[in-house]
Amino acid sequence: MSQSVRTPRTPASPMRTVLPFAVFFLLIVAVGLLQSWTVALTILNMCLVSAVMALGVNVQWGYAGLVNFGVMGFTALGGLAVVVIAMPTVDAAWQAGGPGVLFGLFLLLATAAVTIAMRRVVTARLPRMVLTAVFVAAGLWAANTVLGPSTAAVEGVNPALEGYLGGFGAPVLIAWAVGALLAAAAAFVIGKIALGLRADYLAIATLGVSEIIVAVLMNEDWLARGVKNVVGLPRPVPYEVDMRTTAWFADLADRLGMAAVPLSSLIVKLAYAGLFVVVLALILWLAERALASPWGRTMRAVRDNETAAAAMGKDVKRLHLLVFIVGSGIIGLAGAMLTTLDGQFTPSSYQPLRFTFLVWVMVIVGGAGNNWGATVGAFIVWFAWVEAEPVGHFVIDWATYALGDDSPIRQHLLQNAAQMRHVVMGVLLLVVLRFAPRGIIPETDRT
Amino acid sequence: MDGFLNAIVLLANFALVPGAAYGSQLALGALGVTLIFAVLRFSNFAHGETMSFGAMITIFATWALQSWGVSIAPLPTGLLALPIGIIVTVAVVLASDKFVYAYYREKRSDQVIFLIASIGVMFVMAGLIRFIIGPDDQIFADGARFVFSVRDFRAVTGLEEGLALKTTQLVTLVTAIVCVVALFLFLGKTRTGKSMRAYADNEDLATLSGIDAGRVVRIAWILSATLAVIAGVLYGLDKSYKPFVFQELLLPIFAAAIVGGLGSPVGAIVGGYIIAFAEVLVTYAYKRFLGHLVPPDWMPDGLAQLMGTEYKFAVAFVILVLTLLIRPTGLFNKRAA
Repeated sequence: MSQSVRTPRTPASPMRTVLPFAVFFLLIVAVGLLQSWTVALTILNMCLVSAVMALGVNVQWGYAGLVNFGVMGFTALGGLAVVVIAMPTVDAAWQAGGPGVLFGLFLLLATAAVTIAMRRVVTARLPRMVLTAVFVAAGLWAANTVLGPSTAAVEGVNPALEGYLGGFGAPVLIAWAVGALLAAAAAFVIGKIALGLRADYLAIATLGVSEIIVAVLMNEDWLARGVKNVVGLPRPVPYEVDMRTTAWFADLADRLGMAAVPLSSLIVKLAYAGLFVVVLALILWLAERALASPWGRTMRAVRDNETAAAAMGKDVKRLHLLVFIVGSGIIGLAGAMLTTLDGQFTPSSYQPLRFTFLVWVMVIVGGAGNNWGATVGAFIVWFAWVEAEPVGHFVIDWATYALGDDSPIRQHLLQNAAQMRHVVMGVLLLVVLRFAPRGIIPETDRT
Repeated sequence: MDGFLNAIVLLANFALVPGAAYGSQLALGALGVTLIFAVLRFSNFAHGETMSFGAMITIFATWALQSWGVSIAPLPTGLLALPIGIIVTVAVVLASDKFVYAYYREKRSDQVIFLIASIGVMFVMAGLIRFIIGPDDQIFADGARFVFSVRDFRAVTGLEEGLALKTTQLVTLVTAIVCVVALFLFLGKTRTGKSMRAYADNEDLATLSGIDAGRVVRIAWILSATLAVIAGVLYGLDKSYKPFVFQELLLPIFAAAIVGGLGSPVGAIVGGYIIAFAEVLVTYAYKRFLGHLVPPDWMPDGLAQLMGTEYKFAVAFVILVLTLLIRPTGLFNKRAA
């Protein structure tokens, strides 16, 4: 592990932590002045969500050295929680197939429970394998028989707008907590299966499982409409249209001398930013507390030398499972926040390049093992990801100017200029990994 | 008896032949992954993009050849352009080794660092590919479409069901066999191949015995890139070329390599076919197949499909997870996981 080889160094000055944040906020202000404040706040909100996601990965990789390439799956589960908790219930669909779906899901869970119990009791290898196969096959067949007609009935209810069970109609902020719990529960199952594998097997296994999760979300229409998407998710902040009718808003618009439409949209974005800052601050505080606690010290000991930590009586497997669950829970929370911000749940948008590997770039660039580093890494990488598009367009426009506007090469390159953001990210990752492997804000050495 | 033959022909046409072609493409891809793993000991996440890059260069060469009127009909022109794609891609991959991986090899970094570095390479290649050729579909297959079509087959055999063999499918199968035979002859018979296996078995011992480690690593990259380009071009010819698809293909390829046992060439090939046939057979709708075999009143109501076609890729991941659970070393690997 890279962290295990340490060079003696003086502790980082506080400037090293403050400066990157200062640079980032200057950049945001520059975008506000040069492009528009709406763009600046949109970027800032996504930066805040990305920072929560990066903190989740940092807990797993930075604290414990676990490679989780399943970020996308946990993000999607967080998004699912928003649909299930906050959307209004579709009563007709529940009447058509609700009990059947519940019974089918119960059968699946029962199959899992019975199979696990059987494996505890039967210890001989061959009978155990045969029985497992029989139990799983029987359980799947039974669940499928029950689920098939019920889900078809659910999907038949007003398919253009609904065709799914809907949610509980609860406040959307509850969904953030539920998203974290849902992701944590999934992480428990995945961790039980995959932890203990070698690092790159764990990476591939988590990537595979997250692809399965997204495949299920894309195809099980009764759950969250699949690729037909759920739109119009409830918000934790007021709607622009409602706000414009209030007295205080008219008063504020008068005093600032701004038009009503851009002002209302700015206020909504600011409200989101406020909510996200509160969540990010809370997670940061908890993560820092955990890192400084005896538990954090144990985690670092396990990361830097697993054998030695095990010899000292630390239960490595248990610690790994716990840190995997906690990190994935944080990612799930970020996923719920993201879906709330978007106002819609679109399973097909979950791509590993964007939701898994980009988050990893954030953590590596920012400084694995340092929560402030992961946060600033998320800020700067998301900023670069978004701004690479206009900047790339500008650079190519300038570089191919001599070709003339009719040149097909110029048109083709301009059309694909946005793709350069991938190159920027790759080069950024490679350069940091090579020349500053500890990131922008390196992990503090605690001795 | 006719019913039985019809059923077999039907299954062959819609599942077995496409499955064999897809399996060959996966096997070639997995061979590249497994070779890099055997010699450099890391899972190369940039492999899918290497396939895509090689296919892209080949497409450009194909277009150039087509515009000059060069053709090897009935075979697709892409085959003629393949060497150009291989040469360019090998150069790019060797450059990536020199500028990225060589440093970590010298430092003897942990394999996870190599893995993260390969993600950086993947980002750069993915961006360049989408920048140069764009994210859209490109079709570059030409030449004869079928070796024999459904109608030919029906006319010859007089069966109710037909079997078609696309040129690209035959080309895929033949190329895969040639590549695999050549690779195994190289690994088993030549001095370089033997030194490579020795290096894969025990790096330090091989280096002490005077094997040039740098040369072994270079040859591993060259072989891996060559196989990747061939796999990418065959896949592109058979289906169509789309940058996005190769990223989706990375996981089935990893699954194939792991099922067979990372580092084992035989395993990669077997794994490729296991994944491909599992994907095809699990998502195949058996309704018509059963229609030929059982009396009408025994017929099931639905499509008699084990899983929806949407879950095609998920099948590969489920097999992957099961392998990691039951036998993480894979089918053909002696080394501990």
